[in-house]
This record gives sequence, structure tokens and C-alpha cells, in this order.
Amino acid sequence: MAYSEKVLDHFKHPKNVGTLDKSKKNVGTGLVGAPECGDVMRLQIEVDEESGIIKDAKFKTFGCGSAIASSSLATEWLIGKSLEDAEAIDNMDIVEELALPPVKIHCSVLAEDAIKGAIKDYREKNGLKVD
Amino acid sequence: MPNRKLIYLDNNSTTPCDPRVVQEMIPYFYEHPGNAASRNHPFGWEAEGAVDIARNRIASLINVDPKEIIFTSGATESDNLALKGVFEMYQSKGNHIITTKTEHKAVLDSCKKIETMGGEVTYLDVLPNGRIDLEVLEAAIKPNTILISIMWANNETGVIQPMKEIGDICAKHGVLFMSDATQVVGKIPVNPKEVGVHLMAFTAHKMYGPKGVGALYVSRKNPRVKVTAQIDGGGHERGMRSGTLNVPGIVGFGKAAEIAQQEMKADGERLSKLRDRLEKSLIERLEETYVNGDISNRMPHVTNMSFKHVEGEGLMMTFNQEIGVSSGSACTSASLEPSYVLVALGLGDDLAHSSIRFSLGRFTTDEEIDYAIDALVQGVNHMRDLSPIWEMYKEGIDVNAIQWAAH
Repeated sequence: MAYSEKVLDHFKHPKNVGTLDKSKKNVGTGLVGAPECGDVMRLQIEVDEESGIIKDAKFKTFGCGSAIASSSLATEWLIGKSLEDAEAIDNMDIVEELALPPVKIHCSVLAEDAIKGAIKDYREKNGLKVD
Repeated sequence: MPNRKLIYLDNNSTTPCDPRVVQEMIPYFYEHPGNAASRNHPFGWEAEGAVDIARNRIASLINVDPKEIIFTSGATESDNLALKGVFEMYQSKGNHIITTKTEHKAVLDSCKKIETMGGEVTYLDVLPNGRIDLEVLEAAIKPNTILISIMWANNETGVIQPMKEIGDICAKHGVLFMSDATQVVGKIPVNPKEVGVHLMAFTAHKMYGPKGVGALYVSRKNPRVKVTAQIDGGGHERGMRSGTLNVPGIVGFGKAAEIAQQEMKADGERLSKLRDRLEKSLIERLEETYVNGDISNRMPHVTNMSFKHVEGEGLMMTFNQEIGVSSGSACTSASLEPSYVLVALGLGDDLAHSSIRFSLGRFTTDEEIDYAIDALVQGVNHMRDLSPIWEMYKEGIDVNAIQWAAH
């Protein structure tokens, strides 16, 4: 199976790899997946408390190329977005952008779950309403 | 290898066809077009003669009588013929077959089919080193057991089973012994009669011959074994496998057998040194790197390694524009399940997902192995830099203690 150019580019030159300080109140962390399933994604957002805009995002992923590309793309999309806009990111947007084949759709689902997980964590930490 | 820019370390999947084999085959496409079953003209005689030479060479390689070689389309067909053929032929004696969980799918799926045909199959666990427990095997034998099917060496790990000991148990209980020897014939000395194997499947394309031709050894003496044909037709191959013989393929198979007989010792010695260098270098340069399977009983050219907290398919992607290997991680399949062979060895799913099989071959060079070592080290480091569980591991967090939400 051949990977798309975009997947290969994100895989070889992943954007926003790293770790944010999760003890900070304005950092939310989403950790999804499981080692026994072959992929674990950790996605973190740092929110500007005044504007409510995501000012930084970092990821680390254990998984195949598509999982790494999905999370790398997700961080790119998150930076500069409000929490509400970030929440609206749909896994099929990722599938489309990266031209993921059907067997790799779960990678995009995982990325969406990680985004939602990070937002939820941030809201819980800050006593905001979580739906 | 024709393309020097690519490094092929997936010889357990298939081997390149040796140029000497190709040369031997070419005349049998146009110059000698005969059907080996045409008994009444020179074209047929030539073809038959060429098949006889090939059959002799193959028989000589495995130390059996040429009449005991049945040509097929490959090892999958040979496995099917042996298992289903014995099951049908010996129904009056019983319906129970014993095999292992680490067999190739050609054996496992044939056994599954047999279960739907009224057969009973026991799938034995293996020890953590990949070998079977002889006591467990013997205890599984029942009065209705007709066949034990155990592969000579495993395709994923290269682990060799205690063949003579299994053969002795089969002889003691009067049970037929079948072995899928696809990964061993032409690579290490194989003598089915000496170890008590009565049926043995193998193929040309794993020993530098062409694809599309294989064989089943069927013992003719002590005991005389028969199998019910699975393909009906002109009654070729002593009635056990109908179908016009693939003359060019068989000629190539024979040449591959002849070369193997002369060169396998030297090939094996050279490749085991290269394999050991690959393994040792990776273990030295990359922490948390493990070899899977019994290192004291395995094929000389294979190693299966796990790189902890790195996902195999992703790792392959760091170098697969240049190097061909296999991974025990099956992230491409819908099931997302890692290698059942490695899971049967008791590897955690995480280590099974982190595995790479390197299988070297006759055309593998020292330079290629050195290049592969560097590429692997870079690739594993790249993947670990990206891996959250590697980060946790480095921080001293017990990754196994985390409650992961399986998806």
C-alpha cells in the first residue's frame, strides 16, 4: 500500500512534536489508544486564557505512519483556533486532507478523540462546563 | 539483486530467482515446448526427461526416492493436499489431527476446513521460545489421531522444531507425521526419512527458484502413504495431482535444488555471521531491543526483533523506500491484530506490534547489512522521539500499569 505524499511529509517532518507542561492550568492533555492495539496518541493544547484561543499544540504518537500524520496535522489545525472551532474538527476532514485509505480511517478517529480529550481535560481543569 | 539501490531483507517471503536457474528454464518455454505427458513424440520425451532430471535433483536434495516427489503449484497447495488428502484417505482410521498455533495459514486454514468436514483438530500452544512441548504433544494423541502436522521451521521467527523427537512420538503411536518445510528445504540439510516425516510440503520460490511450483514428498515405503487427490483430471503425478506439469518451473526448481545442495552450507555459514552482526549491532546501539524465539534452534538467515515502544509498521516507513523487511504488526489489516505467531510465543501485544523480521538471502551483501543497521538505528530513534509511551518509559512510568482504553 502506498502512502499519500501528505502522509509521507508529515511522517518524515512531523509538526509540533513534543510535550507541554501538564501541571500548567491552561494545558489540556488527551491520551487515547492502547499499546496492544498498535497506536497511542497524546495530544496537548495550551490555551490563551484571555482569548480562549489555542496558542500551542504538541503531540507524540506511537503508531503507524497514518497515525503520526493524523496527529501532526491535528496540531497544525488546532493552533489559532477557539475551543469551539477545535471541537468541530471531524475525523473525515483529516481523512480527506491526508487521503487516508479505508483501513487507516481509525487513525483519524483516534486523532479526533485526542482533540476532544485534550479540550475536555482543559475544561475540567478550569472548572468549565464539559458536555 | 538487479536494483542495487534497494536492499532486500525479506527472503522468507520469497527469494529472487537465481540467474543460473533462469538460464536453465528459458529453453523450456519455446525450444522445448512439450507436454511431459505426451508419450508419443520427441517433444513429450524431452519434457519428460527434463522433469525426471529435476525430480532426481530435488529428491537428492532431501534424500528421498524421486517417486516420492509430487509436483504442485506451491507449498500452499502441497499443505492442502497433504492435510485434506490424508484426512479423506484415512477416515476409517480416525478423524483427529494435531497441529500448532504457529503454523502457516495454509496449514491452519486447511485444518479449519477439515473441521467443517467432520474432522477434529487440536491446535497446540508453543513454548515461549517457539518450540513445541513434546510432553504436551504426546498427551494430545488420542485413539482417533491420524496425523500430526508441525512445520519444520517457522516463517516469522526461523525457530526449528525438534523434528526427530516429534518423529519418534509419531512412530511410537502409529500416527502419520506431516511437515510444512517451506522455509528449510534448500537452506539447511533436510532428511525426512531420518527424522520420521511421512509427508513434507515445500516450494521453489523460497530457495531461489521460480514462483508457481512446489512439491509434496509422500513416503512410499515404511509406511506407504496415500493421499486422496484434491484436483481431478488426467491422473498425473501418480494420480495424486492432476494437471499438466509446469515444465519450465519444474526445471527451474530442479536447478535451484542442485545449486542449493552445493552451496547451502557456505550460504548458511556466511548468512548466519551477517545475521549475527545485524542482531548484535542493533542490540548494542538500541536499548530495549529483543530477539524473538529460540536463538539456539533457528534458521541461519533469519532474525525477528522487537524494538520496544516503537510500532513496527511506522518503523518500516522510515526506511521502506530503500529496504524491504516484514513487520509482525498488522496495522494495515482491518483487524489490527499483531502477528499470531508472536502472540503464541507469549509476547505482549505491544512487543508483537514492535517487531521486524529480517530474512537474509544468497544475494545479501555485507555492505547492505551495514547500511540496514544504520537505517534501523535512525528509524528506531526517530520513532522513539515521537513515541509517548517511550517518553513515559524513560520517565519511569509503568506503561503496562496504565488503564488504556482499548479501541
